[in-house]
Amino acid sequence: MNQHSSGGLMIILGTFIVALMLSQIPLPRIMEWWRPEFVAMFVIYWIMALPQRFGVGSAWIIGLLLDVLKGSVLGINAIALTIIAYGTLLMHKRLRMFPLWQQAFVIFALIVLNQLIFYWLQALAGTKADDLHFLIPAVVSALLWPWVFVLLRGIRRTFKIS
Amino acid sequence: MKPIFRGGLPRLSFFLLILGALSLVIADLRGDSTRNIRSAISIILTPVQWLVDIPTGVADDISTVLVDRTALIKDNNQLRSNSIQLEKKVQQMMMLRAENVRLRDLLNASARVDDQVQLAELIGVNPDPFQHQIILDKGSEDGVFVGQPVLDAGGVMGQVVEVALYTNRTMLVTDGRHALPVEVVRNGMRAIALGKGSHGELDITHVTDNADIRVGDLLVTSALGGRFPYGYPLAKIVSVKRDPSRKFMIVKAKPAARLDNSRYVLMVGNSASEQSTGTQQPAANGAAAGDN
Repeated sequence: MNQHSSGGLMIILGTFIVALMLSQIPLPRIMEWWRPEFVAMFVIYWIMALPQRFGVGSAWIIGLLLDVLKGSVLGINAIALTIIAYGTLLMHKRLRMFPLWQQAFVIFALIVLNQLIFYWLQALAGTKADDLHFLIPAVVSALLWPWVFVLLRGIRRTFKIS
Repeated sequence: MKPIFRGGLPRLSFFLLILGALSLVIADLRGDSTRNIRSAISIILTPVQWLVDIPTGVADDISTVLVDRTALIKDNNQLRSNSIQLEKKVQQMMMLRAENVRLRDLLNASARVDDQVQLAELIGVNPDPFQHQIILDKGSEDGVFVGQPVLDAGGVMGQVVEVALYTNRTMLVTDGRHALPVEVVRNGMRAIALGKGSHGELDITHVTDNADIRVGDLLVTSALGGRFPYGYPLAKIVSVKRDPSRKFMIVKAKPAARLDNSRYVLMVGNSASEQSTGTQQPAANGAAAGDN
């Protein structure tokens, strides 16, 4: 049992390394707003799937890593991810019952929250966010959610992480 | 065993984590105290940044392998003619430099020194559209420091804002938070070039209505901020608008550096202390900087 869970930990960490890389992949200038929030989506998935193992603390650490990677004010991704992690924990039992397209709507709301918190707090450092472009990633993430979900569920079942 | 229901939500840890993150935010906004945390975490994340850069590197390699022979010959010819032209300019430069040193001696002014430069490679771009930052592959191990100027073949790109062990983060001059003291080459008029957060555009602020500034003027760094060495090209003026209802003119400039697509950049190791010691052998300094 113990061996199993530690192996699973490595797999979960691996998925987050991939998510962090995806958040850094350079995109062409026209598509710079169309980057899905992979890290937030992965956090939501793992909390939904394994709330007993992956919680707000893990989300906080991932958020701190993302802060350093993005060069944003230290701690704001941690705040944003902790809040959406808590929200996901609140409703993970309901969320599991939803069909995928319905989950996508919830994902949209959660990513919007993530983006709002991120850009509000980032504005403290002087970057201005005066248009609604920052909502595009939420739409893209929601559209991508079914694939992310199926992919991560496949990984979880293949490696029997529980 | 996996419990189906757990006793309540982790409310306490949630609040503690949020409080912890908020105090980090405040510490980060108020000063440099978080710099160490940041560079420590950066070391863990360096492999991630390298991994992200691999596809670009591989694509570069492939395009060098698959390049056409005629294209190579053409390239080669062009480079050769470029190099001849540059050599001619260097010959004149030697003469001009000697003359400049003599004249400065006459004026009792301190001699100007060649800046030490170090070649760095771009390994990443900040994904946040509001932040114009790039990630370079030289860190504190290579002697990079916060505030170090970064140039490319065209001119000033920006300055280092964050240093990790093997990488650094450079803020470009177009970032909304960047300002740089400049002067107009033609007449020495001083101004400040502000980044606007939009690509390929700089604002020149507080230019009075009767100032002598024209479209096409070249702006160079004026070294007044104490960070950038004197005389590196920053931008060309692209538009000058006089609006009688405003106190100042609206002047826009276009950066001379290729901020979007320079893969190799130069990091200038200037500092006031080096200027007094390095006057004797400027040429040796420049040569030694390469393997530093």
